[in-house]
Amino acid sequence: MADAEEPEKKRRRIEDVTEKMAVDGGHRDGGCDWDGRWNHVRKFLERPGPFTHPDFEPSTESLQFLLETCKILVIGAGGLGCELLKNLALSGFRLIHVVDMDTIDVSNLNRQFLFRPKDVGRPKAEVAADFINSRIPGCKVVPHYKKIQDFDDSFYRQFHIIVCGLDSIIARRWMNGMLISLLSFEDGVLEPSSIIPLIDGGTEGFKGNARVILPGMTACIDCTLELYPPQINFPMCTIASMPRLPEHCIEYARILQWPKEKPCRDTSLDGDNPEHIQWVFERAQERAAEFNITGVTYRLTQGVVKRIIPAVASTNAVIAAACATEVFKIATSAYIPLNNYLVFNDVDGLYTYTFEAERKENCSACSQVPQDLQFPSSAKLQEVLEYLTENASLQMKSPAITTTLEGKNKTLYLQSVKSIEERTRPNLCKTLKELGLSDGQELAVADITTPQTVLFKLNFTT
Amino acid sequence: MAATKASKEQKYDRQLRLWGDHGQESLENAHVCLINATATGTEILKNLVLPGIGAFTIVDGHTVSGEDVGNNFFLSNNSIGKNRAQAATELLQELNSDVSGNFVEESPDKLLDNDPEFFHRFTIVIGVQLPESTCLRLGSVLWSASVPFLVCKSYGLIGYMRLVVQEHTVIESHPDNALEDLRLYKPFAELKNHIDSYDLDSMDKKDHSHTPWIIIVAKHLEKWLSEHNCQAPKNYKEKEAFRQFIREGILKNENDVPEDEENFEEAIKNVNTALNPTKIPSAVDDLFNSEQCNSITSQTPSFWLMLRAVKEFALNEGNGSLPVRGTIPDMIADSQKFINLQNVYREKAMQDAGAVCKHVESLLQSFGKPPESVSEKDIKLFCKNSSFLRVVRCRSLAEEYNVDSVNKDEITSSMDNPDSEMVFYLMLRAVDRFYQQHSRYPGVYNYQVEDDISKLKLCVTSLLQEYSLNVNIKDDYIHEFCRYGAAEPHTVAAFLGGSAAQEAIKIISHQFVPFNNTFIYNAMSQTSATLQL
Repeated sequence: MADAEEPEKKRRRIEDVTEKMAVDGGHRDGGCDWDGRWNHVRKFLERPGPFTHPDFEPSTESLQFLLETCKILVIGAGGLGCELLKNLALSGFRLIHVVDMDTIDVSNLNRQFLFRPKDVGRPKAEVAADFINSRIPGCKVVPHYKKIQDFDDSFYRQFHIIVCGLDSIIARRWMNGMLISLLSFEDGVLEPSSIIPLIDGGTEGFKGNARVILPGMTACIDCTLELYPPQINFPMCTIASMPRLPEHCIEYARILQWPKEKPCRDTSLDGDNPEHIQWVFERAQERAAEFNITGVTYRLTQGVVKRIIPAVASTNAVIAAACATEVFKIATSAYIPLNNYLVFNDVDGLYTYTFEAERKENCSACSQVPQDLQFPSSAKLQEVLEYLTENASLQMKSPAITTTLEGKNKTLYLQSVKSIEERTRPNLCKTLKELGLSDGQELAVADITTPQTVLFKLNFTT
Repeated sequence: MAATKASKEQKYDRQLRLWGDHGQESLENAHVCLINATATGTEILKNLVLPGIGAFTIVDGHTVSGEDVGNNFFLSNNSIGKNRAQAATELLQELNSDVSGNFVEESPDKLLDNDPEFFHRFTIVIGVQLPESTCLRLGSVLWSASVPFLVCKSYGLIGYMRLVVQEHTVIESHPDNALEDLRLYKPFAELKNHIDSYDLDSMDKKDHSHTPWIIIVAKHLEKWLSEHNCQAPKNYKEKEAFRQFIREGILKNENDVPEDEENFEEAIKNVNTALNPTKIPSAVDDLFNSEQCNSITSQTPSFWLMLRAVKEFALNEGNGSLPVRGTIPDMIADSQKFINLQNVYREKAMQDAGAVCKHVESLLQSFGKPPESVSEKDIKLFCKNSSFLRVVRCRSLAEEYNVDSVNKDEITSSMDNPDSEMVFYLMLRAVDRFYQQHSRYPGVYNYQVEDDISKLKLCVTSLLQEYSLNVNIKDDYIHEFCRYGAAEPHTVAAFLGGSAAQEAIKIISHQFVPFNNTFIYNAMSQTSATLQL
């Protein structure tokens, strides 16, 4: 034992010390709090300083606001989500909701530290909430084992700040669109009270980014869509007849052989089923042998089939920490928030870059302006569809196009409902003129990348 | 046993894809020492326990306070009054049963007094929130024992890390944007022969359109060189002309309209980088010229042995070049043409690695060591990464703190911008001074904040004077550091937790490149800087 002092004496001394703090720092919190619990946080809420936000006022009430009133929504309870929940809970936030549609997988355990081997198979949101609530007394995390699309605006409206730790660009864009749809304008002027700040974090291996979005005011997800280039898939002719890499052999087995050779099972390929992966692996090995290609391994097979992105605890810790710092700043006005994009990379030393992403004037999500569609009247609807999916600023997944003709709503093409797809498919080969569309016609396009339809205006070129 | 290995493969799958099985093995053989289980400390350790380090030992003589529990995920309120090392070990251990957790209820100062060699057993020592005197004492012990030391501090909204390691070699640096090693400028014999086996003019359309761009560039380069006095295209104008030259090689149909030949488009796109002459990177050249490479003894670590062998290779069989890497990027081509071309590079790489092996053998022989002392596998890996080798050497803390060797230039030039992150380094040094003088940090209690500003300012002044630093530190920063009151907000601890853990993993695995040598994070502006002090 290092110290001569007895534990009892020491404990008393600690109490004296924290008593002094309580007297200095303001009133004590009731219930589950203990002396000194919020000392680290209080210093930033109760003391004036030279770098605080112009709106900041030192007060003992700010802590109460965090503990009792401020409502935060965390989207995702995975690598970033677990970290975010911990960070928020230890910064004084207690009213937290978390949404995640997934269940726990063993490959999550290397970084999603609220989960244990015994939790595999259980919903992430629920296990995460349980862990935080039991480890952090007073914290009330409410889990939702649901998709973000299962909720409507009435759900999202209740939160002061929303922070995302998602692994999908589509989901981000949907969230982005939802918050934009909550904005209200009076005489064309944005009402500040309708803005819900969105803090968004993303990671991939040793790279990550964190951004602050004030919908309607600062650059939104879609304003900077070009920062996320579309995923490249291998060309079919390479896969089908000219493989060169082990990946090509794996895709051959997945895309061409599986549908053909497993019709009796009538199951689609499940990347989480080791037997399915093993089947693909073996077929891929055969194909590779045929072409003298080396390098097909089980691990590579799994990676290609499941589109696995490597991940470690450290990067998620850094990005979630940056995000949570911003949530704290915005909730308390303690400091001026990040304006507005942070990039992080620790492959070679540690590199950060902070910049202000700019709003796009004609952003399809937040500019409130109909998007320009320039096509000759002789262009086929198919071309318009391709533009909507392939254009780097739009990157729609499966757009449904409707318009108003002769006073009635008409669906030009819709893919997601089989009967409507079959009925409207012939329209793809028709020209815009043949479809009865005129110059300046407005088209409403719906897609999973946005909860609201996007308005386009046809501009006939010669 | 097999079941455990399989479940570990599953559990660690996402990180195995970054550092491989051998990287994971090095982690599992590591024993990390953490000094002080504050929030920063436990966050760092969490990010090492989760990926599965072999063992950790927490050294901490403090007892848990209410304040400690408030910002630390790995302390619970029923551990108030207990020893902090023990309390934190329990909750960290619980994260991963593969890891073995230990604790020592002792202050590092006591250990340094009674048993400094205690620290020699560790793969890396991570010291958190250490007072200056302890830090320097520990630094000296670890430097002599060649144990890497990572110093970390969260102070208000500032994060600080200092890496202290004498010499850290990296074979697998995994650079983000590595240039390919194609040897188009002066093709080796086997590549030349392979290129010669193609006659673009006599090929049918299918073959022509599926010829690898490497061949296309090589063929056109040959012609160009014969017409331009053996001068390869160098500037933009020449490269543009060369690109046009290639474009003219695209087949035309019966109407004289160029066909759609994607492989030619690829060739044109790659002209910019493909023609760069094969040079030994200056970083590698520096290593070739270093002391360790040229004074090989029987004690020399294998990194330098292999480096010397590669140097010998470059001087002889390599004709001034490093061993061929052996990889080529994917490109439009039919399978056979691509595989054949790939094999030309692969076989040359094997040949070169074999030559390097011979050099390694003769070096080992000269010391009476068996050739198996350095494995062929290791040599092959070394050759493949020879363009990307890195060695990180950090100055000792003694050098940083010594008035005669302080890096004045780095400090004063950074402070040309008085708001650069360097000001936080100086403030942390000033705060350390305050602690030395007053046995406490400034502004811990509300009533102290105002008065401590002038006291802290005196510390700043004396610091700058002692080191003859002609810089100006704005009063605002002195005020802010009193305001912080040595607070350790969790989100700053968490940011540092992730950053420091990954640097520790780099040290342990010898993969990826550690920072050199001081990292400052500013959570107010979400900016950071790496300083060499």
